[in-house]
Amino acid sequence: MIANLGLGILLITFIVTVYSAVTAAASNPKGLARLLRSLPSLRAKRFADELEKLETPQRAASMAESARRAMLLTFPLLTLTSLLLIYLLVNDHYEVKFVYEVTSRSMPTYLKVTAWWGGQAGSLLFWSWLMSAFASLVTLRKWDRDREFLPWVIFVSCVTLAFFVGMTAFFENPFRVFYQTETGVEAHFFPPANSIPFTPEDGRGLNPLLRHPGMIIHPPLLYLGFVSYVIPFAFAIAALITGRTDDRWIRLTRRWSLWAWLFLTFGLVLGGRWAYDVLGWGGYWGWDPVEIAAFMPWLTGTAFLHSVMIQEKRGMLKHWNMLLIILTYDLVIFGTFLTRSGVLSSVHAFAQSAIGPLFFVYSAMTLIVSVALVIYRWGELKSETEMNSLLSRESLFLFNNLLFMSILVVCFWGVIYPLTSELFTGSKVTVGPAFYERANGPLFAGLMFLMGIAPLSAWGHSTLKTLGRAMWLPTIAAVLVTVAIFATYTHNVYALIGFFLVAFVILITLYEYWRGSRARMKIHSENILTAFWNLTARDRRRYGGYIVHISMMLMAIGILGIELFQMETQGTLEVGQQQSIGGYDVVYKDIARFTGPDGREVTRATLSIYRGNEYLGDLHPRIDYYWDSQQSMTIPGQRATMKDDLYILLVNWEPASATGATFKIYVNPLVNWLWMGSLLFLIGIIIAAWPDKDPERVAVRAGKRARQASAAD
Amino acid sequence: MIGDLRLEIEERKNELKTERKILMATQKNTNYKLLFTILLALVLSISMYSFASAQGPAPTDDEVNAIAKKLFCPVCENTPLDVCPTEACRQWREQIRQMLIEGKTEDEIIQYFIDTYGARASGDPPNKIASYLIPVTAIFLGTALLLRALQMWKKPKAAESAIPAGEAKQVHQDEYFNKLEDELKKRK
Repeated sequence: MIANLGLGILLITFIVTVYSAVTAAASNPKGLARLLRSLPSLRAKRFADELEKLETPQRAASMAESARRAMLLTFPLLTLTSLLLIYLLVNDHYEVKFVYEVTSRSMPTYLKVTAWWGGQAGSLLFWSWLMSAFASLVTLRKWDRDREFLPWVIFVSCVTLAFFVGMTAFFENPFRVFYQTETGVEAHFFPPANSIPFTPEDGRGLNPLLRHPGMIIHPPLLYLGFVSYVIPFAFAIAALITGRTDDRWIRLTRRWSLWAWLFLTFGLVLGGRWAYDVLGWGGYWGWDPVEIAAFMPWLTGTAFLHSVMIQEKRGMLKHWNMLLIILTYDLVIFGTFLTRSGVLSSVHAFAQSAIGPLFFVYSAMTLIVSVALVIYRWGELKSETEMNSLLSRESLFLFNNLLFMSILVVCFWGVIYPLTSELFTGSKVTVGPAFYERANGPLFAGLMFLMGIAPLSAWGHSTLKTLGRAMWLPTIAAVLVTVAIFATYTHNVYALIGFFLVAFVILITLYEYWRGSRARMKIHSENILTAFWNLTARDRRRYGGYIVHISMMLMAIGILGIELFQMETQGTLEVGQQQSIGGYDVVYKDIARFTGPDGREVTRATLSIYRGNEYLGDLHPRIDYYWDSQQSMTIPGQRATMKDDLYILLVNWEPASATGATFKIYVNPLVNWLWMGSLLFLIGIIIAAWPDKDPERVAVRAGKRARQASAAD
Repeated sequence: MIGDLRLEIEERKNELKTERKILMATQKNTNYKLLFTILLALVLSISMYSFASAQGPAPTDDEVNAIAKKLFCPVCENTPLDVCPTEACRQWREQIRQMLIEGKTEDEIIQYFIDTYGARASGDPPNKIASYLIPVTAIFLGTALLLRALQMWKKPKAAESAIPAGEAKQVHQDEYFNKLEDELKKRK
């Protein structure tokens, strides 16, 4: 019943999104006509003439309004669909195939809710729901000055939405129900002939790896990031179609792209944390294609974040910004495609999946159409000024973009190389972390170097002299720091280069803060804290950005630490025996086996940690075995400090030989800086992205007040 | 139909059965193992007496893992062999240990895995040229393109720049402050 209702509403939603997209496009016949005229076809031109006759202002306005309302309707519709699905999930409706696949009776309720995005069909619905929420939010803003953008923003959002809703409705529908037929149990929308409904006793349960708090927040954040990049893309396309190719679209979507970037970055970090806590291999990032799928839009998104500033300040790079946001959008689709189509496991799995080819065609089509639009407007996107100096900030930003694109090329190639190899030679290959680390290492170092000098360079023009004067003090300090690290910590050349760059960037950024604050202190005679506060408040985007830079460097410390200095050892210990690693002594005390609250079987070891004679506490690595899904999870015992993490895994324990257990012990130096850095990142980006009072609205309000005052006189 | 539940249930039953069999087998194995160990110990001790031992000490887990780290699980996607938790991978690690005992070198073991399970067992793609050359070429092309674009932008060398000449040269603290104020004002 409920499943049928859900199916029905989903189909209605699809129709509404298609209606909205079509009406939005049709509300602007002039724009459409102009586009048609550029096609080399006589019939298209005649059609364009007809279209232009149709246009009247009232008609256009009412159609746009209708499209807007239809678009607003998708949100309650999809919310209802999602609520129905959650109802089915929470109430153990195992006759529904999706519910059977991702939940089981022993799961707690909150996990049954999050199972919504635990499976393919549900996660596509979740994607659509977020997309419609964001699109609705965008249409709620004031449109006075940008009315001509509105229909096209609706059009792009609704085309995207229609694609995802259509995918959910027709190919990966979460509302299919089991029926017993003569040939077996099948899932259908409607009962086939000679069939009776079939309800399994219990579900298969959510993959245990997904039953972790990190995995509960990580996918929604990543999806939020993905989805919010659709909005700047929609505005970019609107700008291309309407020909308003100034930087208005960038100014309107600046905050959107910042928030998108925030969600994406934090989603990536949380994914790393989840891997560190759950996957049981002592690391947080393995250059797995699934990770890279989410990393690629981040790369173009970050490049975009920087290069739009050049357009805002100097009116340059308009083509490039358009291409970047188009690329980001298509990498978002491509990323969803990579993780959802099975193409990664094998080219053949891709051919069998229903949605894989569709995703591929959709991303290819949007890419072609968007790039065609950019080419169509090429002439109007000419730069307003010229590049004056290789050391100017805009030129350094260009090199920053080049590096981001290079990392993207490496990542993209690493992901598709196995696919092309399988396709052309038939042999499957693996591109391991070594490839990415070797290829990306120097590129990341280059980015860090730029992060140091770019904030010091001026827009328009800088010389080595001006840069040198601003740089020499922090540079010498960074060299001193590096020498100190050389003397006390490590002689590893890569580490020293890395730590030098970290110190270089952090010191220069702090120096910039200090110079700014001191200048304010002098002129406004403020104390240091007020000066610092006012400085940040005056240009939150710049100084929030600096905080983000510092946070990235803290994360870099963690990455350098774990990548270059990780220690590991594995051994079988008997109760009372000890193993030493990295200054820690680990003593195996005992092991216990019991049944957890949700039916999993827990095998939990206790180990005491000593440094010399000092007792530091006990750690409890464990293995959880889930009977419902017949999968086990290896949960590490961790002791985290700023210096290093002690990270112990219970690898193997045989009841037959109860005296010994095998442990894998890692010492992960500095990795906590990574998580600390991510918190600082959050602060920085929120400072940069926090909404200003809308200057237009402030002006309107002031005007109103003045009028009221004069009326009162 | 993909969702053939009955089939699935059948499958799971079979899986459980095989699991039970494996369990029983391992139990039997442990009995055999015991017997085998005693025998092995006997044989070893005798051989120890007869020849001075030709082989070094048994390889440690760390030595095994060091090699396994460079290999990828031939079954699971993109999982390094040293951390893969599956039973199959445990056996593969055991195989590495055996090969180490036999005196095989690291390269020989890695080659053996590539020969047996295909190129995907190694994390390094076999065709180095294709795997590195293409991205490196693309990056060089990108750099060349950027430098060319910069040159083209610079060429007109229009004297009237949007930025007043003075702004480029702030060096002293107060000028720096002026620039800062300017930039901040521009935002308002």
